[in-house]
Amino acid sequence: MEVNGRAVTTEVDGRMLLSDFLRGVIGLTGTHVGCEHGYCGSCTVLIDGASARSCLMLAAQANGSMVSTVEGLADGEQLSIVQQAFKSCHGLQCGFCTPGLLMAVSEMAAETASSPSRDLIREQLAGNLCRCTGYHQIVDAVEQALGSTSRGPR
Amino acid sequence: MKPPKFRYHAPSSLDEALDLLATYGDDAVVLSGGQSLIPMLNLRLARPAEVVDIARIDGLGYVEAGECSVSVGALVTHRKMETDPEVARLLPMAREAAGLIGFRAIRNRGTVGGSVAHADPSAEWPAVLLALDGSVEMRSSSGVRQVDASDFFKSVFTTARRPDEIVSSVRFGSRFAGNWGFSEFQRRTGDFAVVVAAVACADSSDRSGETRVALAGVADRPVRCAEAEAALADASDPRAAAEAARDAFDPAGDAHGSTAYRKQLVYAQVLRAATQALTRRAGRRPDG
Ligand SMILES: Cc1cc2nc3c(=O)[nH]c(=O)nc-3n(C[C@H](O)[C@H](O)[C@H](O)COP(=O)(O)OP(=O)(O)OC[C@H]3O[C@@H](n4cnc5c(N)ncnc54)[C@H](O)[C@@H]3O)c2cc1C
Ligand code: FES
Ligand code: FES
Repeated sequence: MEVNGRAVTTEVDGRMLLSDFLRGVIGLTGTHVGCEHGYCGSCTVLIDGASARSCLMLAAQANGSMVSTVEGLADGEQLSIVQQAFKSCHGLQCGFCTPGLLMAVSEMAAETASSPSRDLIREQLAGNLCRCTGYHQIVDAVEQALGSTSRGPR
Repeated sequence: MKPPKFRYHAPSSLDEALDLLATYGDDAVVLSGGQSLIPMLNLRLARPAEVVDIARIDGLGYVEAGECSVSVGALVTHRKMETDPEVARLLPMAREAAGLIGFRAIRNRGTVGGSVAHADPSAEWPAVLLALDGSVEMRSSSGVRQVDASDFFKSVFTTARRPDEIVSSVRFGSRFAGNWGFSEFQRRTGDFAVVVAAVACADSSDRSGETRVALAGVADRPVRCAEAEAALADASDPRAAAEAARDAFDPAGDAHGSTAYRKQLVYAQVLRAATQALTRRAGRRPDG
């Protein structure tokens, strides 16, 4: 598989989850693990550009795919537009939910042409739980990010 | 928790997959989108010895319109059903239902075939399949068979499928597909529905007056409600249909709602879906 543009070739146990592979085997601990049954969204990554729960995928299922994680968003010190918006709108507190949210919003940013309504943003992000922010600032951040980009995750 | 130990197989052809199932029988499970199976592995509710990942098999990802039906390959994702223009045109009910399944990331990976094979009694696809006179195609190394949706779903997570069979496609009837209504109630966006109602009816010019009212979340499998169908066929009366459906079932109460609450939900969802179907049949757009 390719992770954030880097080829990764290795053998894994059939039962190894993609989330554990990313965190434990290749050291990308930005992807967080909350519930391991698909509800919290903190483990969200992109597989060939489409959001997926890395806790609900075997690493083996990602064989041959392009996997994008939160570590791949920034370009060196330069944050992506979505990351920058979360920072300036205080879209995070403890940061546990943030990597999953950033990936889900990056998917939205890549395909949303016009600025979505706050209701639509809330609906689209219903699968990403946050225990800290109360969501308002997250929606602010998404509005800012999607208002200023029309194409591409940056 | 983590999945138990198993052997992972990734066959590249259907024949290879069917051979694996024929060899391992009850010890093997099929893996498609994994959005139900992997949570079950993580919770160790399933402990298969062999996992046969069919996602790399070509030719199970099509949507194909026939004369009076639309065939959907087992590996078509919920997301494709939600966004495919052909689905929107031919099976608008299916598009509506697809968008209500789980969250975006779940819809990106979960498949129609997997949902049908899983047979969760609250799931959308089985109800839509019943409402549209659908059927399920299964293949094994000894052949292929087609089973009507009304015979396929047996009980909670239990279907007519044998362990050596793969669900290869499902077929939705397009006869009534234009006169449709669909309504469901979720506690929170993305949760499984508590009650799902799917209604389809014949054109006004069709003297048969045939109607389908399918429900999920009221029994151990998706069911049609003959009493509600009769009320719609005889009098085109959504309110009478909703009352008939409410009185026809006694869904078991649980943490998500008592029996009385669920019966009230049945009333509300059938009323909405039936009203939408009749409005569309009259050539108008339902509001809200
Ligand atoms: C957070 C969350 C919310 C969800 N919400 C909903 C919801 O609102 N509504 C809903 O309907 N579903 C919901 N789901 C479940 C989701 O729709 C699954 O995608 C679906 O139930 C199973 O499809 P799958 O392709 O992921 O199958 P898998 O998980 O791969 O398989 C499920 C079962 O079916 C068997 N199987 C799979 N494919 C085949 C086949 N082709 N032939 C034979 N057997 C097969 C497997 O062996 C397994 O037993 C939710 C899931 C999650 C994690
Ligand atoms: S850890 Fe994957 S959704 Fe919660
Ligand atoms: S910032 Fe703490 S969970 Fe979202």
